[in-house]
Amino acid sequence: MDLIDLTVSEAAQLIRKRETSSHDLVRACLDRIRAVDATVGAFVDVYEKDALSEAHAADNRIAEGGAARALEGVPVAVKDNLCVTGRPVTCSSKILKGFIAPYTATVIERLREAGAILIGRTNMDEFAMGSSTETSCYGLTRNPWDTGRVPGGSSGGSVAAVAAREAPASLGSDTGGSIRQPAALCGVAGLKPTYGYVSRYGLVAFASSLDQIGPIARSVRDIAVLLEIIGGHDPRDSTSVKRPAENLVSSLGGKIENLRIGVPKEYFVEGMDPEVKEAIRAALEKMQSAGATIVDVSLPHTEYAVATYYVIATAEASSNLARYDGVQYGYRAPHPTDLLDMYQRTKSEGFGAEVKRRIMLGTYVLSSGYYDAYYLKAQKVRTLLKKDFEDAFKLCDVIATPASPTAAFKVGEKVADPLQMYLSDIFTISVNLAGVPAISVPCGFTSNTLPIGLQLIGRHFGEGTLLKVAHAYESMTDWHKKQPKV
Amino acid sequence: MPDYEAVIGLEVHVQLKTRSKIFCGCPTTFGAEPNTSVCPVCLGLPGSLPVLNETALRYSILTGIMLGSTISSFSKFDRKNYFYPDLPKNYQISQYDLPLCVGGELEIEFEGKRKRIGITRVHLEEDAGKLVHAEVEGEDSGVDFNRTGVPLLEIVSEPEISSPEEAFAYLKGLKLTLQYLGVSDCDMEKGSLRCDANVSVRPRGEKLLGVKVEVKNMNSFRAVQKALAYEIERQNRAIAEGQRIVQETRLWEAESEMTHPMRSKEEAHDYRYFPEPDLVPVMVDHALQEVLRASLPEAPLKRRDRLVAQYALPEYDVEVLTSERELADYFEACVTAGAEPKAASNLIMGEMLRLLKERALTLEGCKITPKHIVEILALVSSGAITGTTGKEVFAEMFETGKRPGEIVHSGGLAQISDQAELDRLADEVIAKNTKSVEDYRSGKAKAIGFLVGQVMKATKGKANPQMVNEILKKKLEKDSSKR
Repeated sequence: MDLIDLTVSEAAQLIRKRETSSHDLVRACLDRIRAVDATVGAFVDVYEKDALSEAHAADNRIAEGGAARALEGVPVAVKDNLCVTGRPVTCSSKILKGFIAPYTATVIERLREAGAILIGRTNMDEFAMGSSTETSCYGLTRNPWDTGRVPGGSSGGSVAAVAAREAPASLGSDTGGSIRQPAALCGVAGLKPTYGYVSRYGLVAFASSLDQIGPIARSVRDIAVLLEIIGGHDPRDSTSVKRPAENLVSSLGGKIENLRIGVPKEYFVEGMDPEVKEAIRAALEKMQSAGATIVDVSLPHTEYAVATYYVIATAEASSNLARYDGVQYGYRAPHPTDLLDMYQRTKSEGFGAEVKRRIMLGTYVLSSGYYDAYYLKAQKVRTLLKKDFEDAFKLCDVIATPASPTAAFKVGEKVADPLQMYLSDIFTISVNLAGVPAISVPCGFTSNTLPIGLQLIGRHFGEGTLLKVAHAYESMTDWHKKQPKV
Repeated sequence: MPDYEAVIGLEVHVQLKTRSKIFCGCPTTFGAEPNTSVCPVCLGLPGSLPVLNETALRYSILTGIMLGSTISSFSKFDRKNYFYPDLPKNYQISQYDLPLCVGGELEIEFEGKRKRIGITRVHLEEDAGKLVHAEVEGEDSGVDFNRTGVPLLEIVSEPEISSPEEAFAYLKGLKLTLQYLGVSDCDMEKGSLRCDANVSVRPRGEKLLGVKVEVKNMNSFRAVQKALAYEIERQNRAIAEGQRIVQETRLWEAESEMTHPMRSKEEAHDYRYFPEPDLVPVMVDHALQEVLRASLPEAPLKRRDRLVAQYALPEYDVEVLTSERELADYFEACVTAGAEPKAASNLIMGEMLRLLKERALTLEGCKITPKHIVEILALVSSGAITGTTGKEVFAEMFETGKRPGEIVHSGGLAQISDQAELDRLADEVIAKNTKSVEDYRSGKAKAIGFLVGQVMKATKGKANPQMVNEILKKKLEKDSSKR
């Protein structure tokens, strides 16, 4: 078996048993990056030297008989919006070029405490605003299944790296589907945890009330392993929730008999790709055959989700991104004539078109005279969307939907039409607005051999059940074992 | 022209005296080297998140309870968005529509009369940094972020203040109240208290408010008073000349003693307030309120009234004693320990405050305990030491913190009341000062004072002055009758 094909759980076990070394695994990943990343473009920075020396240290610890930690010696890639002391963090934006983080995100600290090795940072849509990873200042990331197509976004780099076997796992962030949609388009597993499950400290904010960091991997077990490590209350993030620790991994493998899987009628609308529809139908049948009950549910306010999202997310973003002004760090326009000129040119030159579009939209919806009609109304709809899920979960334990209305689209196909691009997230956005957890797992392929993703949505803090169902489905299929040709 | 009256409302910002900043663990110390009390959170670095300082919250609630506000069981923080280089996130975390404390009032004393000024709201927010401009034109300006994130309490009064002098009294009263609570230093020079004023004029008796002007940039209570006086005069004059008052913000310029327009209503910022998503709403439960209510000190004016009634002290004494909570506490501790109130008041107001001022010290560092005060007062009143020695003993006690009895004993400072010893000293002085003796005998009664002084000098102030006086009189008169 090729080392680059190992899952996190397999790799950790082999390293622990000294059947392989962390060094060999990291070396294999680095070789793979060297071989394919010029084509895939998943990484914006590879930490070759440090990763190798950390791998060496991990091997030594194990040789000395030290108790091996859960991720001892396992390489992980991280999205370019997570802070690591001494490393650049840019959100793939020109405006943050040159900024070196002076502190480390909580999730990174936790990964390292578990023994993981950072192998590099990955490309993304600028400030996580996009569904195709086409707005990065570093250029495109391509879908490993078809390099003429996008990997999805915004965590396109993190997802493509895992799909292309450049790293066994990665971290992404998900504000409206930025983990789940690319995971679907690249045929890997990706989870957006319940809002408040994972600390956001050190995640460069896009929309604070929606952002969550989540794991991307090639098996549901790996997702559970990673979530257990990065999750849990953090005193540095007031919105992270204090709860007793959960043993997610050990609850995997249970039967899903008597579990009710809800299918919301609003998610199976006309105009949906028939191949996607068919794959989801087949997945539901599979779960039914394992004893689960399929029930019809309704999420009646679904049609307002995209509009609501683009009011709330842009409002928060317009404020969160105000700090990139050329005063303290990052890009500053050269030779400003005065303060206003510095602000205006720094932002005009530093931000890309999509980010500017969203800042303007967000500024508008918060403006005096428009606040009630847009922002306030959107908050009210958000409450209704949350209630939709609460009501639906009275009838079922997990909700199943497509993760994306289509498989991967072509590079450049939607760039000129922001609305079409925004609709790529039509099935993922409600989940962020409601704050519930959801995972995308591979559930088939189109006739063009493009992956299709099944989205499973759980109750608020229902990660345990959610992962159990996802794992049960995965165990009955081998979609997740298929490899892209890149 | 009808008679016009002024209507004034004040917006006061005070820095809370917490050890650390409102949303991070950085120290709030004043005067540190630029950008040394900073961290990713108060610098607003990408990815950093605020966490509310519990002490700042408690201080705010305490203030609200003291002012009789309603403490909101549910309040939240909001972002106030505007661009300025001293604001690293380009938004200030503040409170908009659900402040922590709503309503209330402050009782003030003005020209001997008491008045209650309504409080509109009290809310918590973060302070901004400071711009440091280069001395030389054309060189870069800098930003010092040390002050960024220091907790600020904004206290907004109702437009119920009717003159610049009353505004001054309000500020004095508010400062004293906050100092009593121990929540702020309220030192305008250090910037721990700042005040903006809203002022309008209207025909006396009119119910509707006139067009208000906001006045900023006053750096002392006196400046507030002066700026208001100028602004009221300006508005009255403008109306008399048939002009209309425009709603605007004006800056007070201390040098010219005038206000100048800063921005008009049309240029006012749209702050695009919205709820701060990085912080959870603040829930204040009843239990916390009760705990804080129980720890509330007596309000300064209430304490004044009580001290006058309880200890029969003159108004003047009480005003001095209540000018600081610590001083009033100290005075009452002395009385509780057994000191006679007026004697204790005299000693504290006199020697104690004089020495503290001389050494630029506060009561906190004072080595003299209330027990010492009781003891020294007893030593003087019993005649064990003279009043003059008392001052000496007090000064040494102030330096060393030793018990007064110990100082008297080890310094041999006890009063000399021994008849034979004083007789001997009196004879010596009479023999040496024939001129004064002659003066006295020739009718200049005052000359005896010099002779008494000589005896005191010879005993380094320890002689019982009354006895010396009597002895000398007797001796001088006896001698003259002999003649």
